[in-house]
Amino acid sequence: MESNSESPLIQVEGLEKVYRLGSVDVPALRGVDISIRQGEMVAIMGPSGSGKSTLMNILGCLDRPTSGRYLLGGADVGAMNDNELAEIRRGRVGFVFQTFNLLTRMTAQENVELPLLYSGRDRRSERALEALERVGLGERARHRPTELSGGEQQRVAIARALVNQPSLILADEPTGNLDSKVGQEIMSIFGELNQNEGITVILVTHDADISAAARRVIGLRDGLVVRDEMQDGAER
Amino acid sequence: MSPLESLRVALAALTDNKLRSVLTLLGMVIGVGAVISVMSIGRGSSAAITEQIESIGSNLIFVRAAASFQGGVRGAQGSAATLTLDDAQALADSVLTPDVLAVAPEISTFSQARAGRENVNTRIIGVTPEYEQVRNFQVAEGRFITAQDVAARRLVAVVGSSVSETLFGGLSPVGQTVTINQRPFRIVGLLEEMGGTGLAIQDDVIVAPITTVQARLVRQRTAAGRDRVQTITVQVTDNDRLEQAKFQVSEVLRERHQIIDQDDFTLTSQEDIIQARTDVNNVLTIFLGSIAAISLLVGGIGIMNIMLVSVTERTHEIGIRKAVGAKRRDILYQFLAEATLLSFGGGAIGVGGGWGVSRLLERLTISGQQVETLVQADIAFLALGVSVAIGLFFGIYPAIRAARLDPIEALRR
Ligand SMILES: Nc1ncnc2c1ncn2[C@@H]1O[C@H](COP(=O)(O)OP(=O)(O)OP(=O)(O)O)[C@@H](O)[C@H]1O
Ligand SMILES: [Mg+2]
Repeated sequence: MESNSESPLIQVEGLEKVYRLGSVDVPALRGVDISIRQGEMVAIMGPSGSGKSTLMNILGCLDRPTSGRYLLGGADVGAMNDNELAEIRRGRVGFVFQTFNLLTRMTAQENVELPLLYSGRDRRSERALEALERVGLGERARHRPTELSGGEQQRVAIARALVNQPSLILADEPTGNLDSKVGQEIMSIFGELNQNEGITVILVTHDADISAAARRVIGLRDGLVVRDEMQDGAER
Repeated sequence: MSPLESLRVALAALTDNKLRSVLTLLGMVIGVGAVISVMSIGRGSSAAITEQIESIGSNLIFVRAAASFQGGVRGAQGSAATLTLDDAQALADSVLTPDVLAVAPEISTFSQARAGRENVNTRIIGVTPEYEQVRNFQVAEGRFITAQDVAARRLVAVVGSSVSETLFGGLSPVGQTVTINQRPFRIVGLLEEMGGTGLAIQDDVIVAPITTVQARLVRQRTAAGRDRVQTITVQVTDNDRLEQAKFQVSEVLRERHQIIDQDDFTLTSQEDIIQARTDVNNVLTIFLGSIAAISLLVGGIGIMNIMLVSVTERTHEIGIRKAVGAKRRDILYQFLAEATLLSFGGGAIGVGGGWGVSRLLERLTISGQQVETLVQADIAFLALGVSVAIGLFFGIYPAIRAARLDPIEALRR
């Protein structure tokens, strides 16, 4: 994704998401404005129910906002159809979930190959192995998720998110199901991907220690941005 | 994702749940197997009918008298006494009927035949020498009826192999005497065993000169007081000349019988008989085949049922696939491929199974008749095509349901 330092990678304006539960409208996002440049590493924090996952799903093109604008690399995601959203998911964005979301019947390698199957890349098994090696799981390629620890499963999920060489990785509480030591290891992987490869990383966390790895923290509350600051203290 | 990859993914999903896949296959196996066996019997008996009728000779037209009509009561076909030996002679005239190769008049009756202490009730056919060639009769021993036999109304006979067996056991019948209707017939020949069933049962027969049979056994006269002939078998020079020959025969007979409107005879070609009998057979086959096809429908519904269950069970998987970039079409193809693999696989096994069953059926004899079956490639391919169609038809709805799932909703499951 080409984007120079002037035009942001992600630009969100007046983003709203309303869930409809029967006849009751539940507003999850109530006008969010965010701008994120290529190469940033951003932590999104906020209490439970503040709309973090809702925002991540929209940023990851898994869901659509009720209203507002979302530009990804200058392209208007709001105007895209399901197929175009799928194109973005299979190439430009990698998503890491709190619950890993691996297919249990497949080996680690096959799980990592899955996005390649849909993006139609060649050398699938080689690329998948490379991705697994990048997260330090090269020799576990033939294991199934049930034969791996939580931390290892999350590494497989990260490898899967990486395998199509996206410029953006989104992670919704990637350490939420892991103990703090393993969580630190996972965080260092994200840090390295951001620092060494320039991949933009946006992650959701409850943990202030974890968020310390990010240079920028965005705080959400009740569907609104209540804080957006650089870690070195400079207000934006 | 290429179609081949869809198939590969689908195959992997099916092998993940082997027992269920096999049970679902079974519905198709039974349906296709039933259709194949029913069709094989239908085709087999059609082929047997054709072979049977062709075995009595080639390019034949049977001329018979029309139904009698007396006092407002219509008799059976051939019941009128209108044909004579002179008619047969006229039909043999190559000027009047250039497309007729040979003519064989006959008259037959059932009678008790006795030799020594043995006796048998059999068909006695009165013939001329032409009969041997026209009706494919082969003489195993001795000779056939000759023109002199016919001219002199000799009391001679040629016996079929089963008659000979009954009356004389393993001994040669030639030179022996057989008594029919208190007349002693000298046996001059023995027919080759012909086998065959139904129409073509030709071994249970005694052949004698037509004039002798007319004079001694069947005393039937035409209105003009002439000896009656039942059937005149006309052999046509070539299959392509059949219609011309029919026309020539009709013209000669109309002329001779001074017909103004209603013919007093009927013409039936060998092909007409084959057609009529295979038509009946085909109707029966299609009827039974349709019943068998209903089980195909049941198999298809079974596939749909399993696919719907599978979509519900695998909603989370579908969510994951969509999250990593699967389009609706990719999911649609995957589930459609699963349904089609099930139906096609079941169909293929069913074709094999149906073929096996038809081979087993061939060992059966039902009321003395061996079951004939024929599995032809066109039916096998048709069955496979229908199987694929069933998979697509019954798989499309579950596949659409899977493809339409919202990724976030699906991931929550
Ligand atoms: N599918 C849904 N239907 C109805 N309401 C929903 C749905 N998903 C989320 N919500 C509501 O939207 C609001 C925001 O939810 P969201 O999952 O984004 O919160 P979150 O910040 O991720 O919380 P957590 O930290 O617990 O994961 C909540 O009030 C939630 O109840
Ligand atoms: Mg959440």
